[in-house]
Amino acid sequence: MTTTLPTYEDVLTRYEPVLGLETHVELGTRSKMFCGCATGFGADPNTQVCPVCLGLPGSLPVVNAAAIEYAIRLGLALNCSIASWCRFSRKNYFYPDMPKNFQISQYDEPLCTDGYLDIEVDGEAVRIGIERVHLEEDTGKSTHVGGATGRIHGASHSLVDYNRAGIPLVEVVTRPIPGTGALAPEVAHGYVTELREICRTLGISDVRMEQGSLRCDVNVSLNRSGAGWGTRTETKNVNSLRSVQRAVRFEMSRQAGVLDAGGRIVQETRHFHEDTGATTSGRSKEEATDYRYFPEPDLVPLAPDPAWVEQIRAALPELPAARRARLAELLGATPAEMRAMGNAGVVDLVAATTAAGAPAGEARKWWLAYLAQRANAAGVEPAELGITPAQVAEVIALVDDGTLSDALARQAIDGVLETGRDPAEIVAERGLRTVSDTGALGAAVDEAIAAQPDVVAKIRGGKVQAVGPLVGAVMRATGGQADAAVVRALVLQRLGVDS
Amino acid sequence: MPDAPSAITRAEVAHLARLARLAVTDDELDTLAGELDVILTSVARVQQVAAADIPPTSHAVPLTNVLRADEVRPSLPRQAVLAGAPAAEEERFRVPRILDEE
Amino acid sequence: MDELTRMTAVELAGQIAAGQVSAAEVTQAHLDRIAAVDPALHAFLHVDADGALAAAKTVDERRAAGERLGPLAGVPLALKDVVVSKGLPTTCGSKILEGWVPPYDATITRRMKDAGIIILGKANMDEFAMGSSTENSAYGPTRNPWDLTRVPGGSSGGSSAAVAAFQAPLAIGTDTGGSIRQPAAVTGLVGHKPTYGGVSRYGLIAFSSSLDQAGPLARTVLDAALLHEVIGGHDPADSTSIDAPVPALAEAARSGAAGDLSGLRVGVVRELGGEGYQAGVLDSFRQAVALLAELGAEVVEVSCPHFDYALPAYYLIAPSECSSNLARFDAMRYGLRLGDEDDASLEEVMSRTRAAGFGPEVKRRIILGTYALSSGYYDAYYGQAQKVRTLILRDFAAAYERVDVLVSPTSPFVAFGIGERVADPMAMYVNDLCTLPASLAGVPAISVPCGLSASDSPTPLPVGLQVMAPTLADDRCYRVAAAVEAALDARRGHPFLADAPALTGATAHTGATR
Repeated sequence: MTTTLPTYEDVLTRYEPVLGLETHVELGTRSKMFCGCATGFGADPNTQVCPVCLGLPGSLPVVNAAAIEYAIRLGLALNCSIASWCRFSRKNYFYPDMPKNFQISQYDEPLCTDGYLDIEVDGEAVRIGIERVHLEEDTGKSTHVGGATGRIHGASHSLVDYNRAGIPLVEVVTRPIPGTGALAPEVAHGYVTELREICRTLGISDVRMEQGSLRCDVNVSLNRSGAGWGTRTETKNVNSLRSVQRAVRFEMSRQAGVLDAGGRIVQETRHFHEDTGATTSGRSKEEATDYRYFPEPDLVPLAPDPAWVEQIRAALPELPAARRARLAELLGATPAEMRAMGNAGVVDLVAATTAAGAPAGEARKWWLAYLAQRANAAGVEPAELGITPAQVAEVIALVDDGTLSDALARQAIDGVLETGRDPAEIVAERGLRTVSDTGALGAAVDEAIAAQPDVVAKIRGGKVQAVGPLVGAVMRATGGQADAAVVRALVLQRLGVDS
Repeated sequence: MPDAPSAITRAEVAHLARLARLAVTDDELDTLAGELDVILTSVARVQQVAAADIPPTSHAVPLTNVLRADEVRPSLPRQAVLAGAPAAEEERFRVPRILDEE
Repeated sequence: MDELTRMTAVELAGQIAAGQVSAAEVTQAHLDRIAAVDPALHAFLHVDADGALAAAKTVDERRAAGERLGPLAGVPLALKDVVVSKGLPTTCGSKILEGWVPPYDATITRRMKDAGIIILGKANMDEFAMGSSTENSAYGPTRNPWDLTRVPGGSSGGSSAAVAAFQAPLAIGTDTGGSIRQPAAVTGLVGHKPTYGGVSRYGLIAFSSSLDQAGPLARTVLDAALLHEVIGGHDPADSTSIDAPVPALAEAARSGAAGDLSGLRVGVVRELGGEGYQAGVLDSFRQAVALLAELGAEVVEVSCPHFDYALPAYYLIAPSECSSNLARFDAMRYGLRLGDEDDASLEEVMSRTRAAGFGPEVKRRIILGTYALSSGYYDAYYGQAQKVRTLILRDFAAAYERVDVLVSPTSPFVAFGIGERVADPMAMYVNDLCTLPASLAGVPAISVPCGLSASDSPTPLPVGLQVMAPTLADDRCYRVAAAVEAALDARRGHPFLADAPALTGATAHTGATR
């Protein structure tokens, strides 16, 4: 095993990465793929199982119509053709978390084929070819007991919970993605991110990677310039967006190291380790199981009515890319600003705040800064913070007309978050109002000048920038309700200094 | 048919038995290889039928689109789920150590 | 109480409904008969005396309360052990399921219970329904009541023996390649394989999913039709179940018994007869065909050339599907577990358990099926077999343009001796020669007794006539079978089974060793 890997930059001078991504998405149907058991996450072990998903002798599967509809929705969103006729197949192999020792899947007749997904990486448009979207059933979950690490290796035995067995999965398989160069890890990351957004928008899955409802297998190979396609490895179950990126980067470096040393890449399954960011060898595909696929005789073929497919197409919600484009225009935001809002999860909130009358720039500023920070501190999504876009627009309007300073606006927001009441009420109740009446301020200014003769001397000596302590004293005396700029001008005027 | 080549070899039978998770003794391998050779030679007759342009039939009675509504139905009580288990622990099925990952 | 066990299901139900006898008495009479003769026959793997009597009592109470019950309420039945029954051991004739008690009922089990049918127990069978003699049961063979040294057919041999020996008037069998029809034929019973999809498979332990069908075995055509009406019809739990009403089968049986078949076009399948068939079987068959003509049917010969390939196609398709269906028996969730000791790995425990838990025929078929589905061989074997299946369907379609039903012997042979064919798998497989085409095409087919063959054995043994009809035309099978039955009964002056040797507890014990 190589211990020192070539640097990433070094890899790119000699090799061209080719990516392939296989993503499993657990569908958010109420019941399982082939039986009526519930699908909730986190139930007590083996409480959501029945003869069908436990594979008891004699039991038979019946397809969940919602799973078909969800898969078609996704297929359409990924610009796929929907098969007019297709079948389920059995994929035969023995594994204890699979109760029948075959998985009902789709083999040579997937429900959706030949689509694409356009993403943007670093300002560049990348089109990812989608080979297929097919339906299958999930497996149960094993806990490995007796080993040092809870891993399978070294365990004395395992315990199996079949609650997850039979939950509907769609598998989305890309075509090989060449030509991404140094951006390969970001393209993988961007693709999975966008796919996740789409699934969420379509309402077909909660796509929580940490709960395993979106799982990713990452295929990487390296082409040596001028030579043919390299051998690929398949890194299984990469379960966070960041890990997708890291796994691609690691495999590129590892494979380059092997090739540089004159070695050969073995077609194999690899495992990604979150702690080290490295992959290690799993089962070699060269002695791969023969899955002995054949058409599932217990299920009849699917032939989605074209009229139904068109109905589903017509009912598709606005997809994330279209929405982003529309909002970018509406909000007058640059791609970088859109990304920032997307990352903070505030795009919708900014749009709604704008719709409630706030200038787009102000709406973006408030949601990205103070509100995002408050949400972060509270550990909630910005949308769940407890202030509505209309209330935020109201605060912005109060700043705009000079009623509130930014500092007072923050206090008004705090008040809304504490009480749930509207900004106008908070402002009235707490007397939040910028003091700009120079007559009312006069006494406070005179008091501050009298109290700090040394500062006054400095200012009179020409150091106008030393005015800070006097302004501070006035602000304190007025409980922060004065407009700092007005105070400054007033102090300098009293001292007879030009500002 | 002493001169005819075997339809299936002993090594192939051993491989198939491994795929099918059947432990077989050497004696059984010999017997099975012999029997399977006879059976395969006989069933290979299907290949005499000219059927290149004939579609395969996976279902004798042609039905399509048999779907159920997405409704939750009661699961089995857990004690019934685990009642038949050869071994159970912590409300789960206990299985022997797994050698290699899938 | 012996006369109760000699009655047909219709007669018993009539007497129970009229209050002349209670369901509990009827059940007890059959339990007594089982106690007397089953030690010699071994038709049952499990007798549920308490459960049967309790169910009978419930029927009596419901009747006493004035409830109108179904036409078979209170009638006892033997249930093939391939059918799942809640709370009753279900082994499928295999060691690998020894002691398993299912937590649910098959759809047909539930339908029969709802109809007030009394389940006496679970009938013996070839392990996982693979076989034609019931010798492949892990729990020992069942014997033929006509001659205890012979097999009762298979795989539903426990079911056929139980009904032929008057242990039950009705039984459920399952038929994948002939496993209802052939046992019915060799024990002198009526047995019907319904149209594929006509009877729910939910709760039938699968052997070959695209072929398996459950159906009735009975001593009369009408009894079989009534039982079929109870278990038949659409089931949303089985995706392959046909959503159409069950034809009026009992009515077809009654109209057939009137004996007029004029206008019916009957096709004799040229490929199902001749060389390799026993002389006595062919004799009885020819007489039955002549009888059909006498009853007014127009008889023609038809050719179905691809039927010759049904046997190889079947012995690729069924093992392929079984290799996948039986993968779930892996010692992890239910059933047998062996060798889970010391440091044994999961793979070792699975392989050892499956090696010890499955019998030789099951292992042969699993390996054969694993081979036929392998990536390098799929097209040449499984794929090609599925194409041959298409050609067989087309042969049927062409034939049914000319005729209403097709007929053949049910089996080339009468019941053979226990142990005679076990050493040679192919010799066993040819038992299914006549029954396989209907299985592969999913069309309904019935076997009805059509005579005794004296030439193929020292004592006369039953021969069956097979009547095949188009998809969902099960009623034609019952109509034709009932006409044959009525005509032969009239000619003979007594029911077919009356010719079977009396089987008493005393003589039974001397019949054979166990």
